[in-house]
Amino acid sequence: MRFGGLLAVDSVAFDVRRDEVFAIIGPNGAGKTTVFNCVGGFYKPTAGTITMDGKSITGMPSHNVARQGLVRTFQNVRLFKQLTVLENLLVAQHTQVETRLLPGLLKLKSYRRAEEEAMDRAAEWLDFMGLREFANREAGNLAYGHQRRLEIARCMITKPRLLMLDEPAAGLNPQEKRDLQGLIDRLRREFGVAVLLIEHDMSLIMGISDRILVMEHGKTITTGTPEQVQSDERVIKAYLGEE
Amino acid sequence: MQISFKNAFIAAILTAVIVTPVFGLHLTRQGAQTIMAPNWNIVLIAMAVVFVGQLLRPWLALPFKALRSALPVLPASPARGNKWIIALAIAAAVIWPFFGGRSSVDIATLVLIYVMLALGLNIVVGFAGLLDLGFVGFYAVGAYTYALLYHWAGWGFWEALPLAGAMSALFGFVLGFPVLRLRGDYLAIVTLGFGEIIRLLLINLNQFTGGPDGISGVPKPTVFGMEMARRSSQEGVSTFHEILGWTFNNQHMVVYLYLMALLLALITLGVSTRLIRMPVGRAWEALREDEIACRSLGLNPTRIKLSAFTLGAMFAGFGGAFFAARQGLVNPESFTFIESALILAIVVLGGMGSQVGVILAAIILTVLPELAREFAEYRMLLFGLVMVLMMMWRPQGLLPMKRPHRELKS
Repeated sequence: MRFGGLLAVDSVAFDVRRDEVFAIIGPNGAGKTTVFNCVGGFYKPTAGTITMDGKSITGMPSHNVARQGLVRTFQNVRLFKQLTVLENLLVAQHTQVETRLLPGLLKLKSYRRAEEEAMDRAAEWLDFMGLREFANREAGNLAYGHQRRLEIARCMITKPRLLMLDEPAAGLNPQEKRDLQGLIDRLRREFGVAVLLIEHDMSLIMGISDRILVMEHGKTITTGTPEQVQSDERVIKAYLGEE
Repeated sequence: MQISFKNAFIAAILTAVIVTPVFGLHLTRQGAQTIMAPNWNIVLIAMAVVFVGQLLRPWLALPFKALRSALPVLPASPARGNKWIIALAIAAAVIWPFFGGRSSVDIATLVLIYVMLALGLNIVVGFAGLLDLGFVGFYAVGAYTYALLYHWAGWGFWEALPLAGAMSALFGFVLGFPVLRLRGDYLAIVTLGFGEIIRLLLINLNQFTGGPDGISGVPKPTVFGMEMARRSSQEGVSTFHEILGWTFNNQHMVVYLYLMALLLALITLGVSTRLIRMPVGRAWEALREDEIACRSLGLNPTRIKLSAFTLGAMFAGFGGAFFAARQGLVNPESFTFIESALILAIVVLGGMGSQVGVILAAIILTVLPELAREFAEYRMLLFGLVMVLMMMWRPQGLLPMKRPHRELKS
């Protein structure tokens, strides 16, 4: 991915398998979030291809990518702050409810049923994330850790195939990080969603990932299992050594 | 104190620069010539006032701070509310005109037109967060659609009404496309431009739209096909009054217009309230909050913005058609930028997004200028003053929207 004179991402290639937790690590400025943005359709890659289950999604606009089952969280949590927790989860189901005007205006049965189902699904996820007591509170008023959980719930309610988490542990205390690890594992096992994550916290990465890609200055240093990466000299020199 | 003097001095100089061309120079006739006569007294007085004012600023600000805390705290907009209160309010609104004076009912009809328009703009600005400064354009399209359908095809009000809404909606859709990429200020300027373009088109398409003179003789709405007039305009067809055996009174026409406006306004209110609680309404609010987050969840921002634009324009179209019917004539002069600004002021004053607040603001901003007729010259000044005071005292509007619209009941 080239921005004018800057080649932010240079020949980075990887694949994420079903039910896999794949992590991208690297020093700040390595190009990790750029990779996310390209995959998610927020940037149009200047070169290269991105495919999902064999179907090309290169250059597809972000909302269409999301409809393909690929959703993401953001480094600085992007919730709909003035909407309540519940409403955040309802909006996320936009593609699954009846959005045509006439059935809604006339309160047709099909419309009401879709709305009820959306409410039920939202309630389920609130329970799953332990956010039920905050259902009617403004999302912006939640504690930071809860906001992060809400953002993940919002992603999961769209029934994604791939969940991309951009530094999900940033700003969390050690207990919350352990909870996050358990959460990711649970999501992968119970919902069969693949997870692609960017992180700096090494214990989280090593604990949860199946495979890791290490980047520096826009290039791949190596790819492999946690054990392989941990013992790779180049990685230690570039990244782990600096920690 | 040094800095204060320098500030005051600079302010005084700026005042001189501004006041001189506006008040300081006069064109007067001297015999056969026209000369420019300077009036330096005014400029000097203005400079002195500003200079002293700047120096005294810290002391002058005190009463404003006191004012802020002294004013009452208004509640947020009431929730969906008691069905009984709403029914009562509607009943009162329906019965009242039969006892009101002619000019009051007339003003009330004007208020209802603005309510319709403001509710439409509320969707675009208050909910979707799209700053539209050209809303008057859609108003004009609605009015002219009816007028043109009457002029070229003899259509009546009720036949033309749906088409007026549809045409405005179409214009909203078409005008919406190019502007959707734009943000904030740029969107505002471009929509402002579109509003003006529509007005200019209406002035210049002489053959079609009647140019600056517009179209006159536009008929009022009929009662199930029966005309409400003193004399029937068509041979052999009876008017409403002739059929019922009543004597025609101008007051009847006024009341009838009011009731029709009330009907349209209630429909507008009902439909927009429904829309807000539907997925499309949620999408508008989400879009206003964070467009990128919307995209990451599969919401298509273009489609959502277009829906807001189109629906808002449609309501403006209905308002416009009714306006044409009430006035009897349409011309481009009624559709200047000031109207857009006024409707926007109503939405902002009422509390962006708040239906009840917007209705209240429409009443205030339409009735007050009528009541303060003696101050007609200072109308714009007062208008500006009210807006400034509102921004200082209560920037969220009179009755800010009450959230949430959906609650989880345990």
